[in-house]
Amino acid sequence: MSPEAIRSVVKPSAYQDSVTLLLLARQLRSGSGVLEAAALMATPSNKDLFEQSGLLTAEAANAGPNDLVVAVRAESAAAAEAALDRAARLLGGKSRRLEGSGRIAPRTLESAKRLLPDANLALISVPGAFAAQEAKKALRLGLHVMLFSDNVRLEDEVALKRLAVKRGLLMMGPDCGTAILNGVPLGFANAVPRGRIGLVSASGTGLQQVTTLLAAQGQGISQAIGVGGRDLSEVVGGLMALQALDALAADPASGLVMVIGKPPAPAVRERIELRLRAIGKPCVLALLGQGVREGRDGAIHVVATLEDAALAALALLEGQPFAPQPFSIPPIDLRQCVEDARRGLQSGQGSVRALYAGGTLAHEAVLILEPLLGSVATNLAPGSVGRHLVIDLGADEYTVGRAHPMLDATVRVEAIRKAAQDPEVAVLLLDVVLGHGAAPDPAGDVAPAIAAALAAARAEGRGLAAVASVIGTASDPQDLAAQCARLEAAGAWVLPSNAQAVRAAACIAGGEPVLARLLAGES
Amino acid sequence: MSIKTANQTTLQRLTEAQPFLVDCVPAAQAMGLTERIVLHAGPPLPWERACATVQAAICCAVRYEGWAPDDAAAADLLRRGEVRIGPCHHQAAVGPMTGIITPSMPVFVVENRAHGNRACVTINEGLGKVLRFGANDASVVERLTWLAREAGPVLGAALRATGGIDLRALMAQALRMGDEMHQRNVAASSLLARRLMGALARVGSDAQAIARVADFLGANDQFFLNLAMVAGKATTDPCRGIPDSTLVVAMARNGTEFGLRVAGLGDRWFTAPVEMPKGLYFPGYGPEDANPDMGDSAIVETIGLGAFAMAASPSVIRFVGAGGFQEAVAATEEMAEISLGEHPHFKIPTLDERGTPVGIDIRKVVETGITPMINTGIAGKVPGTGQIGAGIARAPLACFEKALEAFGRR
Amino acid sequence: MSPLGELFHQELRVINLGLEYFAEEIERLGVPVIHVAWSPPAGGDPKKAALLAALADEDEDDA
Repeated sequence: MSPEAIRSVVKPSAYQDSVTLLLLARQLRSGSGVLEAAALMATPSNKDLFEQSGLLTAEAANAGPNDLVVAVRAESAAAAEAALDRAARLLGGKSRRLEGSGRIAPRTLESAKRLLPDANLALISVPGAFAAQEAKKALRLGLHVMLFSDNVRLEDEVALKRLAVKRGLLMMGPDCGTAILNGVPLGFANAVPRGRIGLVSASGTGLQQVTTLLAAQGQGISQAIGVGGRDLSEVVGGLMALQALDALAADPASGLVMVIGKPPAPAVRERIELRLRAIGKPCVLALLGQGVREGRDGAIHVVATLEDAALAALALLEGQPFAPQPFSIPPIDLRQCVEDARRGLQSGQGSVRALYAGGTLAHEAVLILEPLLGSVATNLAPGSVGRHLVIDLGADEYTVGRAHPMLDATVRVEAIRKAAQDPEVAVLLLDVVLGHGAAPDPAGDVAPAIAAALAAARAEGRGLAAVASVIGTASDPQDLAAQCARLEAAGAWVLPSNAQAVRAAACIAGGEPVLARLLAGES
Repeated sequence: MSIKTANQTTLQRLTEAQPFLVDCVPAAQAMGLTERIVLHAGPPLPWERACATVQAAICCAVRYEGWAPDDAAAADLLRRGEVRIGPCHHQAAVGPMTGIITPSMPVFVVENRAHGNRACVTINEGLGKVLRFGANDASVVERLTWLAREAGPVLGAALRATGGIDLRALMAQALRMGDEMHQRNVAASSLLARRLMGALARVGSDAQAIARVADFLGANDQFFLNLAMVAGKATTDPCRGIPDSTLVVAMARNGTEFGLRVAGLGDRWFTAPVEMPKGLYFPGYGPEDANPDMGDSAIVETIGLGAFAMAASPSVIRFVGAGGFQEAVAATEEMAEISLGEHPHFKIPTLDERGTPVGIDIRKVVETGITPMINTGIAGKVPGTGQIGAGIARAPLACFEKALEAFGRR
Repeated sequence: MSPLGELFHQELRVINLGLEYFAEEIERLGVPVIHVAWSPPAGGDPKKAALLAALADEDEDDA
């Protein structure tokens, strides 16, 4: 057997964005004979990552933060070199030339604006340390901004939003992953029809869940404006949400207005509600937090889950009363599904293991599970303890040196495998997110792991269930029906929304008492 | 004044200059050189720090002036300061490669009629073993002597008779004929010769002398280089001292250091070690024979020509290896990233009449890391060799970083 | 009408800075988009980047 070989190549002053590099590394890892591969800019922290993977060659160690390093560990020198050749081809193919015009890609916002003088939106996803300055540049150039980057200082966010308000521009973010403007999905967003509902959201996957549920019922949206996760906080004061609401108020295409977020600071909530009332159009206020009471207050309809937000909007548009149900499946079928899922569960198997790609969906899961099953441990609330576990795999601690779980299922697949070995776990709970920006086959990326997990539990004489919701529409690039079928073929029970999937998981873990409570209209 | 406004002022002066070639007279007369001085290209340079090629050229010039009988004696005078050396730039002049100017050398005089200032440059000696490439034997001195005795006075008389030649219009026309005015000047040289022909024919009675000058002009494809440079100097000098402007007004090399001057930073030079040019070599020579980058000719790039107009002269891009029109366009677009505007008079026909990038902003250079590209000849590092190739050099980023820091403290 | 009100009536024309991936998605939809080959300003040097930002601030009336 030939000895292992480690090879690297350094491309000086050759910056590439993080997703491009992480996806490249993943491609290299799948090469024949390759044991480990990494492609990163040689910053000090990335060099640590190289070292941890046994890839820190001398030339990688000597490279600087503006140098691109590709390193490979393989079963043989030939395999390593073949992998590096492949990397060179893949990177070389990333021509800086613009389609059609043959012009070389611009290096700055200013030169881009010279090439596209009537540009109206800057979509910014550079590393957080540089994001605020680029956003400021964009606003000064008169561009609306969607700021996907996170790790932006709070005081910078406030200054940016004040500047945007002064200039009458949108400043969506920081940490804004989803928007749909003039029917164009931006960032991670789904293909939904144009329609009458205007949305303002402090959450990306929250926006995705609501818009896809509306689309499933044939209702479209006029505009979906993301404002970033901190907009409704006391310090930011809802600056951008209020600006967005003003725009929707004046927009004749928006017949209904919706705001989605975590419960804001009281002063901010008051300002939002005042603005909503002044709009004079029916409004839905979806607040995802503990103890939010659903109810009608004049023109404002307050709801506590994403699905209820969609249902309330539908009811308002159709002039029907809003009567939310815990499940949209007939009780008889529901009982049967729960029974099937619980088959083979041993005593001691009573916990939920939820592995989420969407942070807000994970948050919603915690909110729904706790009243039904008791304490939930979650990385969304450091220090929390509980029998049940909800993990947001998109959080920083899970995405070091890895692409986001919406793009790369590697970490989730490993987590599924580990969950199957835990004798206390009764049910796996997952979100599968489709749409623009998501991976080409999200269901296919996790289905084999689900099937293997269920089989592994069975082999050890235990039961195990898997429950999932698929967030997508029939018009998304991924085939929605096929994605659902793939998961079902792997043994998962697929429900129409995250809220229903969470409740179904609670019924499987908690049994008849939980099911009975839900059907009786409690929680 | 805001930086924006200051830069607009600078850009306007850069693009609206009207350099006219008006005369050719001895340097002592044109530039008021009263002492024993040898001017050189690039920023200030102590004699001991000059590279061998530049030292050899300076010694040869001292011999030409008759101040010393041989190189050893010349070097002695220079070490003791009895012959001074200084930058051409400090005397409203520029020089290509070694850039040597001494009092008895004839210099072209250019007047910027938009501003009233003047600048000077020597007559281009021709190709191969010449003083500007560090050749220093008897043939060099002989040629210099002929230039002073015969070519200079003939050209001077002809130019005075024309009333002045509009160099901006000439360069704009040459640009449309495939010249970029740094490595390719054949169209501009031809247009100049055509413009001068009648005046030359009428100027004096010595038909043989005129024939020799005409032959000299006709044999040198790069004759116009010096004139492009002095047009650049006359264009940029009025831009020095515009407060708060971050645009470059001079880039120059002396074989040891690269020097940068900025409009809003007065007469200060921001220097860093020169880089090695990269290019193609004449048979028998390679990169190991090359002298480090030198010359004031980067003034051509400073006014939006040379490498900045590469797309108008795609054949030049071959000097950095395989490459064609796309690479030439890419080079021009890369320079546009660091330039404030497009030249209203220098237009590139192959890019739909886009103006060449002009107005190098030191902020953009530091921000993007893109340094100005300079088309250049390559001299041999062994004194006496002469030209060994041609290629592309880059201005060192360190000069721009130093300038930016100084600007921040202004 | 404010720029925000006008936006809803305009064709979206995007400049993308950062993950090239997003530009590719938008381009597939037929929306005009230019991807900027961005790299950290001043090669990532924080002091120089701060100086560049300060000089940019000099020219703007944001207050």
